Amino acid sequence: MKIKCPYCGVRDQGEFSYEGDATIKRPQTDDADAWREYVYSRNNPRGPHKELWSHIAGCRAWIVVERNTLTHEVYNSYLPGENKDD
Amino acid sequence: MRYSGFNLIKNALSGHKNWQPAWRDPEPKSDYDVLIIGGGGHGLATAYYLARNHGITNVAVLEKGYLGGGNVGRNTTIVRSNYMLKANAHFYEHSLKLWEGLSQDLNYNVMFSQRGVLNLAHTPGQMDAYARRANAMRLNGIDAELLDREQTRQFIPMLDYSENARFPIAGGLLQPRGGTARHDAVAWGFARGADLRGVDMIQNCEVTGFLRDGNTIQGVETTRGTIRAKKIGLAVAGNTTTLTEKLGMRLPIESHVLQAFVTEGLKPFIDTVVTFGAGHFYISQSDKGGLVLGGDLDYYNSYAQRGNLPTVEHVLECGMAMLPSLSRIRILRHWGGVMDMSMDGSPIITKTSIKGLYLNCGWCYGGFKATPASGWVFAHTIANDQPHEYNAAFTLDRFEKGYLIDERGAGPVPKAH
Ligand SMILES: Cc1cc2nc3c(=O)[nH]c(=O)nc-3n(C[C@H](O)[C@H](O)[C@H](O)COP(=O)(O)OP(=O)(O)OC[C@H]3O[C@@H](n4cnc5c(N)ncnc54)[C@H](O)[C@@H]3O)c2cc1C
Ligand SMILES: [Zn+2]
Repeated sequence: MKIKCPYCGVRDQGEFSYEGDATIKRPQTDDADAWREYVYSRNNPRGPHKELWSHIAGCRAWIVVERNTLTHEVYNSYLPGENKDD
Repeated sequence: MRYSGFNLIKNALSGHKNWQPAWRDPEPKSDYDVLIIGGGGHGLATAYYLARNHGITNVAVLEKGYLGGGNVGRNTTIVRSNYMLKANAHFYEHSLKLWEGLSQDLNYNVMFSQRGVLNLAHTPGQMDAYARRANAMRLNGIDAELLDREQTRQFIPMLDYSENARFPIAGGLLQPRGGTARHDAVAWGFARGADLRGVDMIQNCEVTGFLRDGNTIQGVETTRGTIRAKKIGLAVAGNTTTLTEKLGMRLPIESHVLQAFVTEGLKPFIDTVVTFGAGHFYISQSDKGGLVLGGDLDYYNSYAQRGNLPTVEHVLECGMAMLPSLSRIRILRHWGGVMDMSMDGSPIITKTSIKGLYLNCGWCYGGFKATPASGWVFAHTIANDQPHEYNAAFTLDRFEKGYLIDERGAGPVPKAH
């Protein structure tokens, strides 16, 4: 796999560290069910997945990557906060 | 037909033309007492023990591909019970005891070989941690031996004990009763045993949806039609959440890819299983002579059943650091499997909030060795609608209640377990 870092360009996957599902949101309440979902539950899709990677052996930025978990195709990558839908 | 020396000779005299297939290939019925989804090790063992231990034989195993085509046929066959936490220790030790009698029980040679499993240590800190683990194991009645550097060298002399070793070997934790088994034979043996007792093996039958009446499960939709049952057990390993999402359930599971490798065949070289303690690498030798080796996950969510090259390089580098003589051996084959990584590294074997639906998942790296015990306790849970003592802790609600079984202390990060 190759991943495009917004700062460094297209780089080998080996330079990046996987940081997990990018869609989970920290709850704004103290409701236990909401916290269980946030800490432990994942959609784990078989197909397109929005996820966080950090460019650990490069500029060290955290980035959002849209990638297919079945084919490993990387569609898109950008800085967190750049996409209004996130 | 029972497999025996007598039957072998009898069939040899007739040119081996009269052997029967090891299981039937029936059409699915419209109704069963119990459906098991997934014809991997756990699904097949569950069907076997439902029939053997509980007399429940109106059962079908539904498999989307062929029996044993999933992780049960892709793993590196290590069997051990060197766990520290109580729930895991008792469960995996029960499994190891079942392994010790499995070939006889199944009348099928699973080639279980108790050649020992050795975890290397490279620092005094690691030796202390292994001493602690060994003590916990012994207190739980499990065999464990702490080896110092010299004892390790005697046990497995071909590792790098030189001055140049990047990570000098300090010693290791040995479980002498651990070892390996023939993975395909485990799937085939359980399938044959269940079939002989009347269980239907339905292959090329993918479950695509569920029938339910409110909160009660009633059956499944499959590529071979609708099949009804009051009780359904899910044992689909890395594909668990693709099915539970159809039921509106979210689980503490992520699917990740794990790769493995086999080299060209060699004369006997390594007579145990050994794991590197300073990186991600382990190795053993199969009865055909190939070295069987692997490392850690690729560390990203994947359903691809194949991995990427950085992990290949990493695993082989670790192998070279531990066992420099690997350098001239060629890799013959290499593959990946989809692992159901749980949020605390321990399995989930439980009833669910849906009546009649039972869940078996979260096997991470270690589900092969669990196969007999997993089938044993899952069959018990399905037959009695309550858990066996050995899976009572493997619930879903342990996550929200704080009763995690986190052997590595790695926290809710599936890739880290
Ligand atoms: C490379 C590798 C090395 C490993 N090494 C070891 C090891 O050394 N020791 C150890 O203990 N464990 C090891 N494991 C882990 C172990 O193999 C698994 O935890 C275990 O096999 C999982 O249980 P199973 O056998 O039931 O899974 P599988 O064999 O994967 O069975 C699940 C079955 O469900 C079927 N299925 C999926 N979806 C559907 C559907 N919708 N409808 C019908 N059927 C479906 C699949 O086709 C599959 O056959 C390893 C795994 C891998 C990938
Ligand atoms: Zn960068």
